[in-house]
Amino acid sequence: MTLIEIKPEDVVATYHILQKEATEGGYRMNPDAEFTKNLVSGLMKNEQRYGYRACPCRLASGKNELDLDIICPCDYRDPDLNDFGACYCALYVSDEIANGRKAVAPVPERRPPRAERGNLAVKQTFSLSSSPVAALAFPVWRCKVCGYLCARDQPPGICPICKVTKERFERFM
Amino acid sequence: MGIEHVSGKNKGTIMLYALSTCGWCNKTKELLREIGVEFDYVYVDLIEGKEQDDAMNTVERFNPSGSFPTLVINNKKSIVGFKEQEIREVFR
Ligand code: SF4
Repeated sequence: MTLIEIKPEDVVATYHILQKEATEGGYRMNPDAEFTKNLVSGLMKNEQRYGYRACPCRLASGKNELDLDIICPCDYRDPDLNDFGACYCALYVSDEIANGRKAVAPVPERRPPRAERGNLAVKQTFSLSSSPVAALAFPVWRCKVCGYLCARDQPPGICPICKVTKERFERFM
Repeated sequence: MGIEHVSGKNKGTIMLYALSTCGWCNKTKELLREIGVEFDYVYVDLIEGKEQDDAMNTVERFNPSGSFPTLVINNKKSIVGFKEQEIREVFR
C-alpha cells in the first residue's frame, strides 16, 4: 500500500469545515489543534484510499457496506460522548473537555469485534413490529448517528444535523 | 511497509500494533520512544492480504476487540489503548 500524503493547507481547510459543521450541529471538536489536525489528515487519507472517511483509529475493510458504522461520524460517537466525554478517536469531545475543564482519556472500543459484526448495513436498531402506531401517513426515518427523526417517503440524502449520508438512516416507525 | 524497529534499552520483546492514522497509536509510539525502550511496531493499515490477516489474528489473541493500539509485551501481556501510567509502570 502506498503512503498517502495530504497537503497541510488541505488539512487546515477540512479542519475548519468540520469545526463549522460540528458547531452547527451542537458538537465540539478536540481543542488540541495539532492532535485534531492529525486525525483530520487521517480521515482524508482514508477518503483517498477507501473512498470514504473511515475512522482513523479503526482498521477499515475497504468495503463500504462493512465499514458503514465507522464512517466518520461513526455510529458510536454519541454514546461514547455521553459515557466518556469523547469519541473513540477523541476528535469530538464534550463541552467540559472542549473548555479545558477535563482531560481526554482513552475510550474503550464499543464497536463489536470482527467475528460478531455481521452485516451492519441491514441491521435495524429498533423493531418495527413493536411500533405503537398502526398507520402513518409517512414512514419515520432515524439517523443512526445522531438520532435525528424525519417523516417522509425517503430519508434525506444528508442528515441536516450530523451530515452523514442516507445509508446511515434506518426505518424507525 | 512492514515491521519497523526502534532501538533503545532492551526490556524484552515489545511489539506495538498500530494504525498510521490513529492519534492514540501515535501517542503510544512517542511515549515508547520517550521512555527509550527497544521496540518494533507495525502499521496494520499499511500491510495487506495475508500479512494483515495474520497481524489481526495476533491482535485479537491478545485483545479480543481487535482495537488499536495494542502493545504486546514478551508475547504474554498486552496493554490496549494509550494507557500512559500503565505503560510507564511496566517499563520502569
Ligand atoms: S466520530 Fe467516530 S469515526 Fe469519527 S473520529 Fe470519532 S471515533 Fe472516529
